[in-house]
Amino acid sequence: MTRAFLAICLVLSIFFSACVQKGGTSGGNDSGDTIKVGVYGDMTGPTSSFGQSTKNGIDLAVEEINAAGGVNGKKLVVVSEDDQGRPEQAKTVVSKLISQDKVHAILGEVASTNSLAAAPVAQEAKIPMITPSSTNPKVTEVGDFISRVCFIDPFQGSVMAKFSANTLKAKTAAILGDVNSDYSKGLTQFFEEEFTRLGGKVVAKEAYTQTDPDFKGQLTKIRNLNPDVIYVPGYYGQVGIIAKQARELGMNMPLLGGDGWDSPEIWKLGGDALKNTFISNHYSAENPAPEIQNFVKAYQAKYKVVPDSLAALAYDAAKVLADAIKRAGGTDSAKLRDAINATKDFPGVTGRITLDAKRNAVKPAVVLELMPAEGKFKFKETIAPEGAETAPPTAPGTNTNTTTNTNK
Amino acid sequence: MTWIKSIIVGVVIIAILWVMNAAMSSAGFFGIGIDDYQSRLVVFIAINIILATSLNLINGFTGQFSIGHAGFMAVGAYSSAYFTVTYGKAIEASLGALGETVASSIVLLIAILIGAVVAAIMGLIVGIPSLRLKGDYLAIVTLGFAEIIRIVILNIDAVGGATGYQVPGYANFLWIGIFAVITVVVIHNIVKSDTGRALISIREDELAAEAMGVNTTRFKVTSFVIGSAFAGVSGVLFAHYNKFLSTNDFQFIKSFEIIIMIVIGGMGSMTGAILGAIIVTILPEVLRQLPDVQLGSTIIRFADLRLVIFALILILTMILRPQGILGTAEIGGFFKRFRRADKPTGGLK
Amino acid sequence: MDTFVQQLINGLTIGSIYALIALGYTMVYGILRLINFAHGDIYMVGAYAGFILATSLGFAENPSIFGFGVTLAGAMIIAAAIGMAIERFAYRPVRKFSKMTTLITAIGMSLLIEYLFVFIFSGTPKSFPQLLTNTNITLFGNATISTSQILIFVVSMLLMVFLQWIIYKTKIGKAMRAVSFNINSAKLMGINTDFVISFTFALGSALAAAGGVLTAQYNPKIDPLMGIMTGLKAFVAAVLGGIGNIPGAVLGGLLIGAAETLVVGYGDYVGIPSTYRDAVAFAILILVLLIRPAGLLGSNVQEKV
Repeated sequence: MTRAFLAICLVLSIFFSACVQKGGTSGGNDSGDTIKVGVYGDMTGPTSSFGQSTKNGIDLAVEEINAAGGVNGKKLVVVSEDDQGRPEQAKTVVSKLISQDKVHAILGEVASTNSLAAAPVAQEAKIPMITPSSTNPKVTEVGDFISRVCFIDPFQGSVMAKFSANTLKAKTAAILGDVNSDYSKGLTQFFEEEFTRLGGKVVAKEAYTQTDPDFKGQLTKIRNLNPDVIYVPGYYGQVGIIAKQARELGMNMPLLGGDGWDSPEIWKLGGDALKNTFISNHYSAENPAPEIQNFVKAYQAKYKVVPDSLAALAYDAAKVLADAIKRAGGTDSAKLRDAINATKDFPGVTGRITLDAKRNAVKPAVVLELMPAEGKFKFKETIAPEGAETAPPTAPGTNTNTTTNTNK
Repeated sequence: MTWIKSIIVGVVIIAILWVMNAAMSSAGFFGIGIDDYQSRLVVFIAINIILATSLNLINGFTGQFSIGHAGFMAVGAYSSAYFTVTYGKAIEASLGALGETVASSIVLLIAILIGAVVAAIMGLIVGIPSLRLKGDYLAIVTLGFAEIIRIVILNIDAVGGATGYQVPGYANFLWIGIFAVITVVVIHNIVKSDTGRALISIREDELAAEAMGVNTTRFKVTSFVIGSAFAGVSGVLFAHYNKFLSTNDFQFIKSFEIIIMIVIGGMGSMTGAILGAIIVTILPEVLRQLPDVQLGSTIIRFADLRLVIFALILILTMILRPQGILGTAEIGGFFKRFRRADKPTGGLK
Repeated sequence: MDTFVQQLINGLTIGSIYALIALGYTMVYGILRLINFAHGDIYMVGAYAGFILATSLGFAENPSIFGFGVTLAGAMIIAAAIGMAIERFAYRPVRKFSKMTTLITAIGMSLLIEYLFVFIFSGTPKSFPQLLTNTNITLFGNATISTSQILIFVVSMLLMVFLQWIIYKTKIGKAMRAVSFNINSAKLMGINTDFVISFTFALGSALAAAGGVLTAQYNPKIDPLMGIMTGLKAFVAAVLGGIGNIPGAVLGGLLIGAAETLVVGYGDYVGIPSTYRDAVAFAILILVLLIRPAGLLGSNVQEKV
């Protein structure tokens, strides 16, 4: 009897402690003189460098916006939460940001798995969410409140395929991907599709996990098949070693990758092995265009490192959000959503950002060559989305009229 | 307790859960509501209660070292999710005549059955070979099995692979709460039964139990299977409430969280397990509110120390009070003092 | 054929690292019957200690054998100190409690170290400086071996021989063996068991740290969570060889390393994708515990009532 009595007491006490007057607050009302922006990412987990870069980019953007007077006269306030890279926690913190912190919009996450977990919460609560760097097409399919400022895996995968086939004239390719990474799997799939469509042959598909101490097993297998190029769509932490070990095994063919390689640490990890390697990326820190250089300088002054593409994308996401709030004249959720989805030709650091009907950013990618001697990514060429006219040889983001032709 | 009392208590509990469930919906319960975030916490408390009590049966009452409980949760979650994703709509359609709530509840119950059975089978597969081992070895083997399960699921693209698996939302707090209560009641009854006494005897001194004629292997496997079945149930409920599954949520740290729950509360105490579940669910969220401190040019975010604090709490508990908060006591014990002395039953004293 | 040799070389290199770490596990288990879950993290601590030493003492800019030696020795000493501290403050107070308690303390300690390092150093991987130049030597055909691989193998073997010498030819080694046989009798014989235990922890941690620094030379990426998988596999290696048995730990380590790499290299032929690499170690563990729990070189201990 006491058992039951106490069970009831326990349940009731939790219930009453959680009671709150359910009002009409859905975060969509302008409250006070600040606009709250929720940011969620991995700050203490295995991909904390991504979360940190993203937050840095957003913080810098918000600082600049507030210094210029804020948006519609109101200052932006960033409320950030750590999800430790776990999808369950991503969902929990976004729920907290919306219900408790009453944010007006959300920025995040980097890993598509986490964005996929959290997006439905934002969609249901009618709070716009912009992901700076999730590239899995499914993320924006969750609903019309979810958008992104980066290109998606199908596009990025095909970029390197085109580069290999057309520029490097490769006939055969091997792929070495990260089995635990949805990003890597997506790129693998689309690279293979495009490369095969262009007449090439993928002779081997190997995989590794991020905790592998050594990749020579997989590399030796690939070596036996002697492909013209190897596509390694993984993260810099492993890629640097893969490059080194490949060269140690006598494999000197070009290595290709995606924006996951973009980190200042890759030079230390890969060293000279990174000669003759190329990646697809959102932007190039070398681009002489003034907006990009201003961004790079400001970021370096604040954080003491060169910004990687995650920071650049996060910066753009924050600025797109601010611009949308201005256009919407406030933070009313439906108007804000429409303003974000109507973003057109926004001059971002990572290129001119236009959101298409599926709320994905349509913009060209750059192919960069790694120069380990200088520790820089050197611009090689631009590859535009299918159907657009070929981009002029200038790097994206420059404020010339011709770049408008590159976007659909 | 007479059966009339049981029914009344059952009805009252269900009524409370139903009210809370209504409060969690967007309309609230006559205007009183619980916001999204807090609802989520309450639901997780209930799910963690199921996890903690089921692990307590294995570790606390039978004295075995199972540290791979998240594996069984994952198995239950993914198997039931696959079922509802593939057949859920079809079954709902064919049961359409009964109305939406009944139809979806039936789908959920079938899913729970599937999850529990698959997890129980997994428990059998893991248990039979492993339970010959003792202590530390058993711990590592259960850990190994949980990792293998996770790696295998990760490689199955049909359930989402690395991207994650989207699951229809058949579970709400009413059902989750009901199953939490069912779990506690069932395991409590097991513990108080003859089976329970056998399990406790195994915990106390396995050799002596064997010598007394207790078939230790059979009982160990039984507790393992029951424990994993309930872990599977919690997985099903989690999957259909969270509506999203990713193997990243079932890594070793998850098993470890469940262990912390029963250790802090007191292994071998049902109330302890429940208390531990509540603490472990709420504490990290409370710790999120820790302020940021500016030291010179760097900002120290104390909220990022959540896990360090957790580990410290665990180690200090082990050093200072290894039996946990409640030890093997139950909350009923507190109230014994206030009850009148039992009437003598006659016969010899 | 050269591919097979190549894979074998790769496997034995990893295996030597597992062996170094397995030695620590096996020694501590032999003496305390405790699986020190935090041991894998000492491997990580050693790598970080080496990283800090190398960068702050300027060896990163001027690679040299001297620099490498100092870094290695320094990391081993720091790790030994930390290992002893962990034993003194976390494990000694719970030694008198049940096995479950000590196991959970060890797990808690492991998590504490990992997340403390994440907090202090951030989860971003860092790159360990190259302290020795690395050249490749072609053996035959396409099979190459790099100087860092040779270094790992040689240093591991030397350390293991050194360990054997300590255990079988010194007084403290005799004391260690006595304590592992029966701790209470050892106390009765006048052996300061607390000291012996501390020494064992110090020794084991030093070896794990050496493993960390050596691995970092081969694969420069270090991050706070790098010890988890490696530590678990090293534990499997210790069990495979026979827990409590020193040559067994070495044998186990090499076998696990070879098995893993061969699965990666040839697993496709038997239907095992290379991404199941981590599962290989666990599968071996389960098989060993089912078929021959004492391990390859271990002896069956009957349980006395």
